[in-house]
Amino acid sequence: MTELEDYAGRLEALAHRLGLEHYPVDFELAPASLMTEIAVYGLPIRMPHWSYGVRYIHQLVRQSMGHSKIFEVMFPGDPCRAFLMDSNSLAENTLVAAHVLGHADFTRNNQLFARFHAMAGGNIVEHAAVHAQRIQQAIEAAGLERVEAVLDAALALESHVDVSGELHRPSYPEFVPEKTAQTESAFQKRFGQLPGAAEKASAPIGPLRTRIPPHAEYDLLWFIAHYAPELEQWERDIFLAVRAESLYFYPVFACQIMNEGWASYWHARLLREADFLPAPLYLSAIKAHSDVVRPFASGEQSALGVNPYHLGFTLWEHIVEKHGLERAREVMRDEDDFGFIRNWLDRELAEKAGLFVYEARPGGELRVASRDLEAIREAILAPKYNYGAPRVAATELKSDGTLVLAHEHASDGRGLDAARAKKVLEYTRRTWRRAVRLHTVNERGEPVELAA
Amino acid sequence: MIRIAAETPWYDLFSRGARDWLRHNQKVRDAVKETLPELIAGADLMSRPGHRTVLVPVKVLEHARLRLLEPDVRQGAGQGRGEPGEVLQPGREEADRAARSGGTQDGEIRFVVELKIDEIVDWLWEELKLPELKPRRAAALDEPDYVREGWDKRGARARLDRRRTVREAVKRRAIQEDPIAFTNDDLRFRQLVKRATPSINAAVIFALDVSGSMDEAQRRLAKTFFFFALQGIRRQYAKVETVFLAHAAQAWEFEESQFFQAASSGGTMSSSAFRLALELLQARYDPQRYNAYFFYASDGENAAEDREGAASLLADLTAQINYAGYVETGGGAAFRPRETQLAELFGEMKAKGLPVGASRLGSQDDVWRAMREFFREQSKDD
Repeated sequence: MTELEDYAGRLEALAHRLGLEHYPVDFELAPASLMTEIAVYGLPIRMPHWSYGVRYIHQLVRQSMGHSKIFEVMFPGDPCRAFLMDSNSLAENTLVAAHVLGHADFTRNNQLFARFHAMAGGNIVEHAAVHAQRIQQAIEAAGLERVEAVLDAALALESHVDVSGELHRPSYPEFVPEKTAQTESAFQKRFGQLPGAAEKASAPIGPLRTRIPPHAEYDLLWFIAHYAPELEQWERDIFLAVRAESLYFYPVFACQIMNEGWASYWHARLLREADFLPAPLYLSAIKAHSDVVRPFASGEQSALGVNPYHLGFTLWEHIVEKHGLERAREVMRDEDDFGFIRNWLDRELAEKAGLFVYEARPGGELRVASRDLEAIREAILAPKYNYGAPRVAATELKSDGTLVLAHEHASDGRGLDAARAKKVLEYTRRTWRRAVRLHTVNERGEPVELAA
Repeated sequence: MIRIAAETPWYDLFSRGARDWLRHNQKVRDAVKETLPELIAGADLMSRPGHRTVLVPVKVLEHARLRLLEPDVRQGAGQGRGEPGEVLQPGREEADRAARSGGTQDGEIRFVVELKIDEIVDWLWEELKLPELKPRRAAALDEPDYVREGWDKRGARARLDRRRTVREAVKRRAIQEDPIAFTNDDLRFRQLVKRATPSINAAVIFALDVSGSMDEAQRRLAKTFFFFALQGIRRQYAKVETVFLAHAAQAWEFEESQFFQAASSGGTMSSSAFRLALELLQARYDPQRYNAYFFYASDGENAAEDREGAASLLADLTAQINYAGYVETGGGAAFRPRETQLAELFGEMKAKGLPVGASRLGSQDDVWRAMREFFREQSKDD
């Protein structure tokens, strides 16, 4: 048994005594090259696409400049899969093992994670590998160009899923459900008999077919997979695979501050209470902790971004201190980042964490704009709404097969970047195989229709 | 419940990141290929003889997502010190005044794609749908040469085939008791026989009018055209020899490196170039053994008194070669009221059924049109 296994086992026992409950965790020591790839792809084995190659190069550049150090990647599930960097020190990996236990507790108990776990099962790593393998088979059968065209479209619309919906969604009902005849109350009967009352509408001739889509459909990946006029089965599979992976990532996205904060709180607490750790190892581990959980890089005065580890850690420490661990576990179960920030980030904590809102003006000037609490909450949460994507819905499927999309510019506050949107329409058109149109507004707020 | 696995069973086999990056690069190359004509027109390819690649700077491709318009004033959340209104980073103009600090903000990655010239020419042939050249006298141009054929037990030491010799020795040793390492009987020598082989040589003569009326832009056009004409011929023939002639009133042979710098004032006598080309053809490139090509670039103006001489020499020349191509340079070409003398001359040759073609080069775009005309025509004539 290695020292790391020994420490990890004892940390786990300690965690159980402190009330953490989690699915089993499989740790794997991985070389730096694999860690980089997991960070880029989001999963150890994932579908091939050239855009990942671009991210990979960016990541290599960042790492070579020393801007990005990877400690750990963890995939919630049953069992959880955690990858540790084999070149990190024992102290660092001990810290990471404790951190992962915090994640494991969070992802088992948080309601959002639990809902997605219930829908998708706990084996995303294996599912993604199966998706990748299926796509490889599609490449062999249909050729790289065609598969890539489908992936171009599906991955471009990756965030356009309905996160409140089901993973396995049935098609729209074929017919409009008939209104069940309501039993009339005594009042309605008498009201109907009044002179001059409208005549009863004649009964419809038969059941009416559902209009497609019957309502604005935000789950674009699902809609295209099910209603694209000429889609082949393997193309549908790719869309649904991208959708399944996208849904899996949503809780991670929507609970990032809470989740990283919770894991940071627990790695700090577990290490502090782990009397079996040698003092030098504890010191090195705590040093690594303070490198991760800090608001901005050493030598800097400020950062143009919020470190979720630091913010989450600050909030959880406060909640546990003021309201007790029981209450903290309730919050952990019930909230996501939206509720967490709105309900628990108060003036005092915002000051403690040094939060501010900045403005970037054309010409590159950056200035502190505000330290108002509401503005801070809004600025932290703004990039998280609607899975970080503009709200775009499929609104109409015309009889010639044209797909009409509408952007809700009123709620998003601005129109879409037309050049990029056109590109996305072109990607989509190649799979949809009929015209695709998108309604939004331009920079002057005038309605525009983009088409491909 | 904790299990730590330290084996690395599968992921060291290959890098998925590198695979997808290579695919990205392939897409970049495809994109570059689509804009190839503009790309090459700008590049100074011919001035670097022996350089078989061009470097094209490109940006990393972006996989588009739906995004909101960039607002005039972007807001975000940050952490640290500073009162509302405090400037964290001055605007660009101010920063420039304060200190010229370099570096792009977005950390955009640029890289260069290295393209092989042969590859470019292949694309070009595909793009322009150009036919392959056919050697004019392939059947007749048989040229005797020594080729290897068979082995013998006797021969010159230099042609000893060691592999065969060892093989013979091994065979002998296998059946002998107490064998010695090598005997004279084991030796095998390669034999040569005299065989006729079809000629695959080509000679290309480039002639350029360097009189005062040819300006820099016109020379560049001629140069681009010559370059691609040569690449086209190189595709077809194993061995291509080139000759560069420049002329004004007189013609000289130049090295390629000096060819485009050559300049002369004074009158224009095209006949001088045709005469020199004929002489070289006879002296060095026997039309019986070489597929000869002649390309000539001029602004079309020739001394009036030279017309007769030029006509007869050109007729002589074109009768002996595979093909003669004439490009008339000059942006004003379209506005000329009449055909230039040289355009007329080449027109006459063509009417006589000689293998010639003429084209005008007003701009870089015309280079591709001219290429198409020449190579189509040439293969049609065969």
